Amino acid sequence: MGDLTTISSTMLYITFILYLIATIFFAATIKDKRTSSKKGNAGKIGITITIIGFLSQLTYFVTRWIASGHVPVSNLFEFMTFFGMSLVLAFIIIYFIYDLQVLGLFALPVALIIIAYASMFPTDISPLVPSLQSHWLYIHVTTVSLAEGILAFSFVSGLIYLIRQIDQTKSSKRTAWLEVVLYSLIVFVGFIVITVTFNMMNYNATFTYPTGGQTLESNYHLPPIAGPNDGELLTKDANQPLFETPAWMHGADAGRKFNTLIWSFITGTVLYVLLRVVLRKRIGAVIQPLLKNTKPDLLDEITYRAVAIGFPVFTLGGLIFAAIWAQEAWGRFWGWDPKEVWALITWFFYAAFLHLRLSRGWHGEKSAWLATVGFAIIMFNLVAVNLVLAGLHSYA
Amino acid sequence: MNKIKCECGHVNPEGTVLCESCGKPIEGNQHIDGNDKKKLLNMRYDGTARRSQTYNKSIIDKIWSFFSSVKVGVWLIVLALIASAIGSIFPQEMYIPADAPSRDPAVFYEAQYGIFGLIFYQLGFHNLYSSWWYMVLIALIGISLVICSLDRFVPLYKALKKQKAKRHETFLRRQRLFSETNAVTDEEIQLIKQQLKNQKYKLQEENGHILAEKGRFSRWGPYVNHIGLIIILLAAILRLTPLFYTNEYVWVREGQQLVIPGTDGEYYIENKDFIIETYDKNDKKFQEAIVKEGGEIPSNFQTNAIIYKAEESSVPGADPDLTKIIEDSIRMNQPIQFDGYSIYQSGYQLNEFTNMTFKLHEVEDAEEKALGSFTIDLNSPKPEYILDNGFKVEISKYYPDYYLNDNNIPASKTNFPRNPAFVLLVYPPDSEEAEVSFLGIGKNIDATGENDYKLGITDFEMHDVSGLAVKRDYSLPFFGLGALIFMIGVIQGMYWQHRRIWIQPSNGGLLMAAHTNKNWFGVKKDIEKVIAGTQVNMVNDQQELDD
Ligand code: HEM
Repeated sequence: MGDLTTISSTMLYITFILYLIATIFFAATIKDKRTSSKKGNAGKIGITITIIGFLSQLTYFVTRWIASGHVPVSNLFEFMTFFGMSLVLAFIIIYFIYDLQVLGLFALPVALIIIAYASMFPTDISPLVPSLQSHWLYIHVTTVSLAEGILAFSFVSGLIYLIRQIDQTKSSKRTAWLEVVLYSLIVFVGFIVITVTFNMMNYNATFTYPTGGQTLESNYHLPPIAGPNDGELLTKDANQPLFETPAWMHGADAGRKFNTLIWSFITGTVLYVLLRVVLRKRIGAVIQPLLKNTKPDLLDEITYRAVAIGFPVFTLGGLIFAAIWAQEAWGRFWGWDPKEVWALITWFFYAAFLHLRLSRGWHGEKSAWLATVGFAIIMFNLVAVNLVLAGLHSYA
Repeated sequence: MNKIKCECGHVNPEGTVLCESCGKPIEGNQHIDGNDKKKLLNMRYDGTARRSQTYNKSIIDKIWSFFSSVKVGVWLIVLALIASAIGSIFPQEMYIPADAPSRDPAVFYEAQYGIFGLIFYQLGFHNLYSSWWYMVLIALIGISLVICSLDRFVPLYKALKKQKAKRHETFLRRQRLFSETNAVTDEEIQLIKQQLKNQKYKLQEENGHILAEKGRFSRWGPYVNHIGLIIILLAAILRLTPLFYTNEYVWVREGQQLVIPGTDGEYYIENKDFIIETYDKNDKKFQEAIVKEGGEIPSNFQTNAIIYKAEESSVPGADPDLTKIIEDSIRMNQPIQFDGYSIYQSGYQLNEFTNMTFKLHEVEDAEEKALGSFTIDLNSPKPEYILDNGFKVEISKYYPDYYLNDNNIPASKTNFPRNPAFVLLVYPPDSEEAEVSFLGIGKNIDATGENDYKLGITDFEMHDVSGLAVKRDYSLPFFGLGALIFMIGVIQGMYWQHRRIWIQPSNGGLLMAAHTNKNWFGVKKDIEKVIAGTQVNMVNDQQELDD
């Protein structure tokens, strides 16, 4: 069994590298197009490698499934990885419908960031507590993840639309917001960079801290900027934290999570500033010329269709299957816990999106902004609700 | 009624934007759908008259217009979204952690979250989802759903039903997809018709004017899904009544048999055994995760139970006769079900004390020979116990779940015998004077230090307690039905599209226009296939992406 686990994680590495190579080929398609109107081979190679990468990720998924004995969607690492896979699947499908290579250049990096981000969380195979032992759980989680992959795709095309369309000749609210979006993506990269760096150095600082009447240990893998509230540093040669995590942040390891958040923002900001200094332009302005050949109305249509296709899947997975499972586990199909509430919020949001599309004036740029907000809600769902809000609640 | 007669001869109802028959824009009504400012026609409801856009005099008209506006609908949805998000900032009252220092909401929120917690509590956000205003918001969405659907469904139905192939030229020219071809042959027209049929379009012809259409049924998708939503909202109202929904919670000790609450005394449950299992720490694949979690990860919670049905006893007032109907295990994700009721494994309490046996001996006696012994049933202790040799032991104080409170006074945390302690009075034979002893687990205190007799715990038995949720929910099928209808409607509307292509002869050539409610890319592909092998021009996309 141990071997299978190793194979599984190796496959995930390979997947990662394949997606990276595929991205490079998709980047090459842009050059291709500028010189000749005929399509080059770069795109074909790109999509082929993407499909091989997808199959390799599928292998990771199946081997891990066999190794653990349950569908690997039961912790944050497994779930986020699966979400990345869904996004790639959505990309492959949409690629074949619309034959638009530039999508790969944006979809794959977003998937890469998500998978790398996932790998920063504990990757051990964990056993299932009784409440999770239900087939409905697997059905629910895989469907939701698939739906979120499709919905996230509307962000990919929306983002391309925004970079393509927003006037970069003068700075405005729109250019500023676009930079905020790009900066946020870079913060995720920052998180990955800093985590990998200190992991390679094997950094560790251990704290003890009191919570709910007991004393717990917290292992920091990044130097403590924010220590746990009332925490005590045990590791001798580690630096003392600069300040303490405020008391209102609760839950297991709140201090460590807050510290990681601070580091991600610092690293992301440094990366962003460096880029700006080197490029001497807004990031949006740098990418814009590369997108000259894309058709905005097609991008807009893809944004909308991704939502139209994803919305029913989300309803089925995120609300209906979730309710069936909750009914079976707790006898209440709806209980207003934060995960449920945020699924509802996501659903409301995309329902509003669809209704706004009914009226004139909401196509094009406004839709693209909405798709961005939708993606932010999905990410909030995945990251914050799991790490922050749900941490406050005692599940059954 | 101000009917409007179009130049094609058709008489349209008041408020019509595009003639129901030929599609020609009706002068004076173009502002209704915003056509006056655009080249392209707004095709959303095919320019039919809608009540909400036509009448705006009486109060009822105003209310109707208000609720049928999509803008209002979107606002309601967005408000519900924001309200829902606010409720998730801090835990709702029912999710206050069991180990919180105080679970009283008046204390908890302020203690944990400071001033924001206090505001959250004072605004009633700790029970936000059952607050009257949240329910009103959801109800308004429901009302809006009904009205907007009625407002549009009927006119849209009529418009789509009586479509004519022959349209006014302006109608075609002002479609998003349009092309003009100067010369076509009959063969080409035949080929186009054939290829339309190959694409599964339904054709309708009138003097050489062609209307090709497919996927019309998808237009009803939104109405179907809105009906699904309305059923769900109605189900939610039904569920508020006890007739449809009962929800009880019961603690049952191992070995205990009791009536199941909420069943009107009709059913009894007996707890044979409660079982908790954990994952094997030596299991290689889970080892690391188990160590990280602190060594114990449960793998199973289970209550082995027997359910009895009570039959009317033949003697009135006597205990009912019980017939065993089910003997099975209740596990997480696997409730027991019978007669509409479901029983869920929801909680447990390990190692409560069932009874304790004490013996009495003389303090001086080094061998501690028993002068007598007695057993206290901790769930229903007797006030006093008479021992064989004439001693009497009286229970003066009983703390089932003993602890020392803030003032260092003995108290009981709960009513469950988890850590029993007693103040016992020992009366020697024929004596009115009692000796006082305090006994608990690991504690045996002689209050005065002058006692002649001493009590000791010699034995005890323990049991586990299962926490079971008892539910009966007859509203479930309605929710299921609503969800099913919603899914059908949403798939119908999203995965199919209504596509129409109009072809009109024009001076030896033809005009071609197309409209779809979504997926323009798909229609363009269709048209490419339809005109393949002919000289007919591909349609231009005249969309005005305005922002
Ligand atoms: C949470 C509540 C709601 C959900 C989930 C929902 C869902 C939907 C969906 C999925 C569509 C299809 C959209 C499309 O085809 O692009 C739709 C259409 C529509 N909805 Fe809703 N809806 C909701 C509430 C409302 C409300 C409150 C109104 C009231 C104004 C409304 C008015 C409409 C209208 C007018 C259409 C277009 C109908 C047509 O194209 O013929 N909806 N709705």
